[in-house]
Amino acid sequence: MSNLMSGSQILLECLVREGVECVFGYPGGVMLPLYDAMYEHPMRHVLVRHEENACFAASGYSMATGKVGVCMATSGPGATNLTTGLVNALMDSTPVVAITGQVPTRLIGSDAFQEADTFGITRSCTKHNFLVKTLADLPRVIHEAFYLAATGRPGPVLVDLPKDILQGQTHYAPVSSIHLPGYKVYADGHAGQIRRAAQMMWEAQRPLVYAGGGIVSSNAHNELRRLVELLDTPAVCTLMGLGGLPSSHPNFVSMPGMHGSYAANMGLTHSDLLIAVGTRFDDRVTGRLSAFAPHAKVVHVDIDPSEIGKNRVADLPIVGDAKRVLVRLVKALEELSPQYSSRSAEARRDWWRQIRDWQTEHPLTPEISTSEIKPQHVMKEVDRISGGNAIVCADVGQHQMWAAQFIRFNGPRLWINSGGLGSMGFGLPAAIGAQFACPNKLVFALVGDGGFQMALPELSTVVTNGLPIKIVVVNNGYLGMVRQWQELFYNNRLCAVTLDSFPDAEKLAGAYGFTGRTVESPADLQSALEEAVAEPAPYLLNIKVCPDENVYPMVPAGGAISEMILGPPQPVAVS
Amino acid sequence: MLQIISLLVENKPGALMRITGVLTARGYNIESLTVARTLDPELSRMTIAVDVDPTLRQQVIKQMNKLINVLQAIDLTENAAVAREMLLMRVRAPLEARPAILKEAEIFGARVVDSSVDGFAVEATGEPEKLDEFVDVMRAYGDIEVTRSGMVAVCLEPRKLRLSAPIPKLDNYVGDHLAKGVLNA
Repeated sequence: MSNLMSGSQILLECLVREGVECVFGYPGGVMLPLYDAMYEHPMRHVLVRHEENACFAASGYSMATGKVGVCMATSGPGATNLTTGLVNALMDSTPVVAITGQVPTRLIGSDAFQEADTFGITRSCTKHNFLVKTLADLPRVIHEAFYLAATGRPGPVLVDLPKDILQGQTHYAPVSSIHLPGYKVYADGHAGQIRRAAQMMWEAQRPLVYAGGGIVSSNAHNELRRLVELLDTPAVCTLMGLGGLPSSHPNFVSMPGMHGSYAANMGLTHSDLLIAVGTRFDDRVTGRLSAFAPHAKVVHVDIDPSEIGKNRVADLPIVGDAKRVLVRLVKALEELSPQYSSRSAEARRDWWRQIRDWQTEHPLTPEISTSEIKPQHVMKEVDRISGGNAIVCADVGQHQMWAAQFIRFNGPRLWINSGGLGSMGFGLPAAIGAQFACPNKLVFALVGDGGFQMALPELSTVVTNGLPIKIVVVNNGYLGMVRQWQELFYNNRLCAVTLDSFPDAEKLAGAYGFTGRTVESPADLQSALEEAVAEPAPYLLNIKVCPDENVYPMVPAGGAISEMILGPPQPVAVS
Repeated sequence: MLQIISLLVENKPGALMRITGVLTARGYNIESLTVARTLDPELSRMTIAVDVDPTLRQQVIKQMNKLINVLQAIDLTENAAVAREMLLMRVRAPLEARPAILKEAEIFGARVVDSSVDGFAVEATGEPEKLDEFVDVMRAYGDIEVTRSGMVAVCLEPRKLRLSAPIPKLDNYVGDHLAKGVLNA
């Protein structure tokens, strides 16, 4: 039986039907009807302190759970503030639904107060967007938005709702089906291609698994592990794919790319078959494309057909969902196993010897000093406490790369960061979302002093909601990554990278009513982290690290990944 | 040579912007674009002429196919297809030039659609190159003013249209599509 409901009530009902438990948002004029309906609705609304962070928090929530994250903002400035978060979710294929208010339909296009062309502005920021102009369309659109966000290659979907739609009344009947005739998802992969891929994999001498964020978003970690073990192949996980194969797995050879390990990059360069799954041959991984994996044939599995052949031609493309394809691929490999496994074991011994040689030649070892805190040392200590099990939400920059190099993740959805867009200010709000999603897990916001200060207002959100997030500021007093580039490629002409006047951590946290501490000596590092983790409340650790440390290895922009700068220039003896 | 992309799209607000956005995001200029409803009034057929490097054109078409409102995007450049364009032209013509103009129009299969003391309005249809020639010829007779429709094209081979079926859902429905697995086309 249908009953008379307002657009706002219908929206909330649809969210409940989609299994939404909490939304991150910020109200405003045209959203008043919705917030009025929320007054007497059990939906949990988390009031952030800036709309951009509503979208980042929704992303963190989504990345920690695999569920669709939901954020809300009002028209005009609220909606424009969401855009960075939307592009971030688009670049990292994070399922997010954004609900924005809009001026009443009769005023659209009239430069009304707090009006912006949200539908136009967010067209290129989203997987798809909707402007609802008829109340009757509302429930269908909401369900379509969730369906689009979560399926295929996940991504952000925005629904723009004029105030009169939120206010209008209609008889609500649940939507019985949705129809998106042009939305094509090829999930299963081509059976013949999968068989051929299995054969290529057994026949390869130096196969290498190159796994991306698609492993995490399609929950294909178990299948990936099975494939890696079956073939006994080395595997590299990209920045977005970390945790897709446990870092402690013997076949895991760390992250490749601009700041990847020597072994990972050399492995890619010398492999004769790349098994690329859920990854998009991003420039930060490939370096100069013409020199990337020059000896390898490529099997490329991706859910998005437009990623296949975009950067690197695939010798054997498979369009499909990583999990579904890997299930069938593993089966095909098992069927062929009696024929090949003994022969391939022999070839694999040489390949592994080579990989291990590279690993010992230039291992990823954290710099540790007794006189000053090296940033890598911080990562090592966070890693020790985490034991591969904590959720680590990083910001963007040097600390992000060190974290990716030195912190282990023994499962998916533990490493949360802004990869494709590289959006500073992501770490803290993402940690808020992740802690809401996983209230009983240890969550670190591992941030630089730059990104932390971009997200500073969210300390209120942390405290208001009693989130026991451990905020670890890796404070080098610089915009470190920019400083590193200026140092290495712009003759050390440092411009606009010094971050002076960082607030006193104790006073800052104290002003918000929680504990903060500044750590300056390596001797105190371990105990300070332990103390922070022991506290059942938020904790701010301002760790003053040595300011001039750079991230190595490093592949200069446009360089071949086999030509890494492995460390700082050595001092030359003057004769 | 110009290349032709033919699209079948849902007739929805914003669809045009999404499609052209794939090209403008890369800084490509659109040489011509026509769009009109098909036999099914909920769908439109769009013909876009572009000048894009061939490998990138494939990429662009894949990205267009990815759009939710696009049912099908196909490359007609190297396929059996017929492309035509329409042209309307105003020719200022002194009385003594008129017979010659009419003769030229006849050669090009053009039709006079209006006649006044100032001159003619002429309508012509044909392959774009043919229309270029017609324009060149008519220029010799004095001032002309031209409006062209841009190319419309039809594929001569039958094309299978793969559409997704409706997704039944939502009674006792609890979210998390991911746990339920992805849609199978």
